[in-house]
Amino acid sequence: MNIAKRNFDAVIVGAGGAGMRAAVGLAESGLKTAVISKVFPTRSHTVAAQGGVSASLGNSEPDDWRWHMYDTVKGSDWLGDQDAIEFMCKQAPEVVIELEHYGMPFDRTDDGKIYQRPFGGHISNFGEGKPVRRACAAADRTGHAMLHALYQRNVRANTQFFVEWLALDLLRAADGRVLGVIAMELESGELTLFQAKATLFATGGAGRIYHSSTNAFINTGDGLGMAARAGIPLEDMEFWQFHPTGVAGAGVLITEGVRGEGGILRNASGERFMERYAPNAKDLASRDVVSRAMVTEINEGRGCGPNRDHVLLDITHLDPNIIMTRLPGIREISIQFAGTDPIKAPIPVVPTCHYQMGGIPTNYNAEVVVHGEAVPGFYAAGECACASVHGANRLGTNSLLDLLVFGKSASQSMIEYIRRLPAAQPEIPQAEIDRTLARLARLDGQKEGADVHETRLAMQRTMQNHAGVFRFKEMLAQGVGKILAIAEDVAQIQIRDKSKVWNTARMEALELENLIEVAKATMVSANARTESRGAHVRDDAPDTPEHPDGRDDASWLKHTLWYRDGNRLEYKPVTLKPLSVDSVPLKKRAY
Amino acid sequence: MANRTISFKIYRYDPDRDAKPYMQELSIELDPTDRKLLDALVKLKAQDDSLAFRRSCREGVCGSDAMNINGKNGLACLTDIDSLAQPVVLRPLPGLPVIRDLIVDMTQFFKQYHSIKPYVVNNTPAPEKERLQSPEQREELNGLYECILCACCSTSCPSFWWNPDKFVGPAGLLAAYRFIADTRDEITNERLDNLEDPYRLFRCHTIMNCVDVCPKHLNPTKAIGKIKELMLSRAV
Ligand SMILES: Cc1cc2nc3c(=O)[nH]c(=O)nc-3n(C[C@H](O)[C@H](O)[C@H](O)COP(=O)(O)OP(=O)(O)OC[C@H]3O[C@@H](n4cnc5c(N)ncnc54)[C@H](O)[C@@H]3O)c2cc1C
Ligand code: SF4
Ligand code: SF4
Ligand code: FES
Repeated sequence: MNIAKRNFDAVIVGAGGAGMRAAVGLAESGLKTAVISKVFPTRSHTVAAQGGVSASLGNSEPDDWRWHMYDTVKGSDWLGDQDAIEFMCKQAPEVVIELEHYGMPFDRTDDGKIYQRPFGGHISNFGEGKPVRRACAAADRTGHAMLHALYQRNVRANTQFFVEWLALDLLRAADGRVLGVIAMELESGELTLFQAKATLFATGGAGRIYHSSTNAFINTGDGLGMAARAGIPLEDMEFWQFHPTGVAGAGVLITEGVRGEGGILRNASGERFMERYAPNAKDLASRDVVSRAMVTEINEGRGCGPNRDHVLLDITHLDPNIIMTRLPGIREISIQFAGTDPIKAPIPVVPTCHYQMGGIPTNYNAEVVVHGEAVPGFYAAGECACASVHGANRLGTNSLLDLLVFGKSASQSMIEYIRRLPAAQPEIPQAEIDRTLARLARLDGQKEGADVHETRLAMQRTMQNHAGVFRFKEMLAQGVGKILAIAEDVAQIQIRDKSKVWNTARMEALELENLIEVAKATMVSANARTESRGAHVRDDAPDTPEHPDGRDDASWLKHTLWYRDGNRLEYKPVTLKPLSVDSVPLKKRAY
Repeated sequence: MANRTISFKIYRYDPDRDAKPYMQELSIELDPTDRKLLDALVKLKAQDDSLAFRRSCREGVCGSDAMNINGKNGLACLTDIDSLAQPVVLRPLPGLPVIRDLIVDMTQFFKQYHSIKPYVVNNTPAPEKERLQSPEQREELNGLYECILCACCSTSCPSFWWNPDKFVGPAGLLAAYRFIADTRDEITNERLDNLEDPYRLFRCHTIMNCVDVCPKHLNPTKAIGKIKELMLSRAV
């Protein structure tokens, strides 16, 4: 087969917040840059982010990046790397201001500054003080406003986009360096090799491994699948954030900003039950804490509705004007997907899979790191990467920040690397290309294989039942067997549609091949980690005096690394030493 | 909502296989939890994987799944399936070239969006902090910045059908006004010059189709009116 080839200085896969922030940096530096995206940039899932982006601007009351750093380390249940966390929190004000200068329509305070709202886990004075307003917001459409502002900045910078192209695999030289990607143009079905001196993955999350998810259909972990197939490990994949407030039944997100503006969670008897679980932070405790409290209420029979299977998010006591101006999108979502107007009646909500803390292992320069060394030419940023700033549990609004900080840092690292590199680049080994061609040929030739829709559903149900909000030893062990069996089905999936033009059946099949890698990594890593930490809570690691909350720092203060080859696991230490300040010492997490 | 069967007539065309487009009759049984047209399309696709349409967020923010639904443009993910008369007739957005089934080529639509310089231009050296904007000034952007570029409006506008290469269309003009209305932008005059043309702006005959179909309840006609006002006021 004759495959076209194009050469660039840099290739970015993904046009969400992380990819587009990196693209601004690269395009403005004058390097020849291609951005590949399977959807038009503003359709990337960053568009759905609602609540805000964190930065210690202190526009409403004093704030400090060190407090932000403390909250992030605590939120991460000490699994986050403190060098990367310092890097992110310190840079936050600068990248948010930059975004404002790009034209982001932030809401404003009376004195004309960026409006900030309270959010879960945002506290002053090293966790000792009052809640602090740190979430910079544009109504409840912060992600939309941000993604459009970044796209607009890229239009201004003349960034070269390849829109509706699906990246299929990473291309590596024999010595391991990354040479680019092979991608398919959806409209024509044709393949192209994108050869580049530096390649950035900004492909977003894989929330669609779960049955009930706040994530878009396109969040299929393609970057993780491509990395895993190319021999790169995936880090901390057992840690998935279940957001407390997905609309019951629909999965659509209701931002934590609703509780930031004063919303209250209630059980069947109308009780504000969070007062029992988190006496100080109450409804604004960290997400994993609130989600577990909700599931406990439901499991103990205090859920709402005919099946007692959800709780209620109540904002009927708020001034309707606040709801209309600060939470207009939420009101719309509630009417559309829950059939209730939140001005008049509470919204039925359940914890829903939301965010992947793990990902492709990187450092704060966004370089992909394996066995302590950067993989030459390979970078990752955003939800697909694990820097690790979120550790075992992400704080709300820290993801949009992660996109800005590490998107920018990726562009700077790539520019430096490209300028250092000799002009001559190795040829792409034919075997690399053949690997992808064989995968495509298998799919097109497969007869009597497994159905894509059914197999995906089986995977999603298995993940939901065996690796959900609470985890059980037996269920995890069984889950591993089930997911490995489903992976065998995935290797045999079949499509009926063989057309070359905009073949969405082929696209969904290829996406499923990526999802299953993420599902395997999650199940295998979760089964192995026999402690409870952050979002990973197991029945056989309960709260004891020796191990408060089931956390076992002596054995488990370390990052998991899952390799596709043989489902092998390795571990690496957590970086407890920040760049310039003192380490946040280990402590029991209480809100 | 109970289980029910919904019947459809869907525009099908795969240039790799079909000599010409045709309307296909299909039906699907829905579960009680299926609320939206997009839920039904996903089920139809599980039955026949060759049915092609775009979708992503399934909550009305990404702008992927605009289509013509029983004669009116809208988003599949925000359309209540039970509100539709049957058979539900689905066609690609009118006025743009069809690539396959419900997928249209949006090049012309985005070209018009890009033509209005969709970004804040401010050449005054940036302050160290944010550029200040009062809540009232920021309020001017409401009803403008929320556009999801779904193209429901422009592809329901007769003036855009006839002159997609010359008339900016409602989405592009709404965006143009979004930047004019932004106190941080410094090139209002240039923006008005760019639109002062018998086609680019003045092809709008206030037919209001655009307002009628916008799934985000935005009002391009009002924005167009404001641009016209500004042109008049600077003429005198
Ligand atoms: C409903 C919702 C609300 C949220 N609200 C907040 C919030 O208020 N604050 C906050 O901080 N975080 C929030 N988050 C989390 C945050 O929005 C995401 O983590 C973040 O937007 C991810 O951005 P990204 O740039 O990494 O990826 P995405 O925005 O998901 O973009 C991924 C990009 O990769 C491309 N891509 C993927 N695979 C391929 C492929 N194979 N080939 C080509 N292109 C590909 C896609 O086309 C897309 O352009 C929210 C998440 C959800 C789901
Ligand atoms: S009001 Fe103007 S822009 Fe809107 S549909 Fe009519 S002609 Fe088109
Ligand atoms: S104005 Fe409304 S209909 Fe038009 S593109 Fe924007 S969101 Fe869609
Ligand atoms: S799928 Fe995103 S707008 Fe409908």
